[in-house]
Amino acid sequence: MSIPQDLLYTKSHEWVRVEGDSVVIGITHYAQDQLGEVVFVELPAVGDAVEAGEEMGTLESVKAVSEILAPLSGEVIEANEALEDSPDLVNKSPFDEGWLVKIKGSVEGMDLLDPQSYATLLEAEQH
Amino acid sequence: MTESESLQKTPLYDQHLAAGGRMVPFAGYSLPVQYTSLAQEHTAVRTKAGLFDVSHMGEVFITGPKAFDFVQNISCNDHSKLAIGRAQYTGLMYAQGTFVDDMLVHRMEENEFLLVVNAANRQKDVAYLQGLAEGVDGVVVEDRSDQWAQIAIQGPLAPEIVQALTSTDLSAIRYYRFVWGEVAGRRALIARTGYTGEDGFELYTTPEDAPTVWRALLAEGGPKGLVPAGLGARDTLRFESGMCLYGHEIDAETTPLEAGLGWIVKLAKGDFIGRDILEAQVENGTGRRLVGFEMIDRGIARNDHEVFLGETDKNSVGSVTSGTQSPTFGKALGMAYLPTDHTEIGSEFFVQIRSRRLRARVIRLPFYSRKK
Repeated sequence: MSIPQDLLYTKSHEWVRVEGDSVVIGITHYAQDQLGEVVFVELPAVGDAVEAGEEMGTLESVKAVSEILAPLSGEVIEANEALEDSPDLVNKSPFDEGWLVKIKGSVEGMDLLDPQSYATLLEAEQH
Repeated sequence: MTESESLQKTPLYDQHLAAGGRMVPFAGYSLPVQYTSLAQEHTAVRTKAGLFDVSHMGEVFITGPKAFDFVQNISCNDHSKLAIGRAQYTGLMYAQGTFVDDMLVHRMEENEFLLVVNAANRQKDVAYLQGLAEGVDGVVVEDRSDQWAQIAIQGPLAPEIVQALTSTDLSAIRYYRFVWGEVAGRRALIARTGYTGEDGFELYTTPEDAPTVWRALLAEGGPKGLVPAGLGARDTLRFESGMCLYGHEIDAETTPLEAGLGWIVKLAKGDFIGRDILEAQVENGTGRRLVGFEMIDRGIARNDHEVFLGETDKNSVGSVTSGTQSPTFGKALGMAYLPTDHTEIGSEFFVQIRSRRLRARVIRLPFYSRKK
């Protein structure tokens, strides 16, 4: 299962990419596989303030609803509008076109995993 | 004991693992929710064929010289015209006219009926039936679920796939009829029934023979597009076809008339359990009725979401019984109970989906009917 080396990961299977003073967030390949085909995405609006650990949106497959938890606190400065019409981008391209939101804030103090530690976590979950 | 250790395995458990099934607990069994993709499995059944392990379903036999009278008494449908080799859908009734369960009644012999019941209700059903049979001469209730495996093959290509593996003329088995035959050289009860809205068969075999039949069907049908399909697709398929699921559309609090199942209520057959209440409902109507709906606003209504008539109403008037993004139609559909005076096609109402109250519109059930 692919784990890009240029990203950082959360234990709840989100990925983050630092871009200057903001952070792009998505869900991992493993997370989208567990969820199944995503058919509906609800994201926070640009300008919303989100709190680390709090629900900021939902991803829904035919079968299940999954909360998107904000991995950090900050202001939403971009949301991936393409997901409204093409929610399946989360499945097809979880690390790229299927990104969710960009939040202005810092990852400092966050409990993030490097790619290797995330790979170890996946190993453990699959056994 | 961990959860996975306490779960029962069906005779096809190893086949599921080999096919990459994602196993989940369901009604005390470990069953595949999907193999590759719910949407692909759903579409395969609508356009080609899908193979389901439904061995978890309960098989309860009612036998004896009084078996017919007993079945007539527990069921709201009329089985007086049910010939040997035919099946009927019905409700197993409480005195309140509500559902103990829904089930298929097969007439195996003059004095032998096979009830196929929901796995989750099996023990409750058997206890209920045995209680009713107690002290009654001429009727025996027997749970033979563990002696049976059940494989459903559903979809437009199901007949040609099964026909390639049996000498029984399948074209002679019309909808809701069954015969004994051989499939892949193994004895099987071949019933033209199902829970998907498509043509197809439910094949009852011994647990020992089930893996052989399963593998033979996949080998024969695979090149034609047959895929194993999990519980996820089974649910979306029955949902689109407007079929009720116990614990969702129907339960111990709902009557067949409320659930839009008036066609299985046959008052003219004489007395049966729950008849008084159902007769009153036929005469006076019911306060609420099951409807199908589509979302107007963006959002997916799910089971247990509350429904409201007004955007700011404080009191809900019912709840969603099933709801999902329909794989066939690509839009959010649902079923819900609404006050009867608000059930006309086109009526609008609201569904509370987490923090948002979203508009929905009553549409006709079933959402999907296959072209015949």
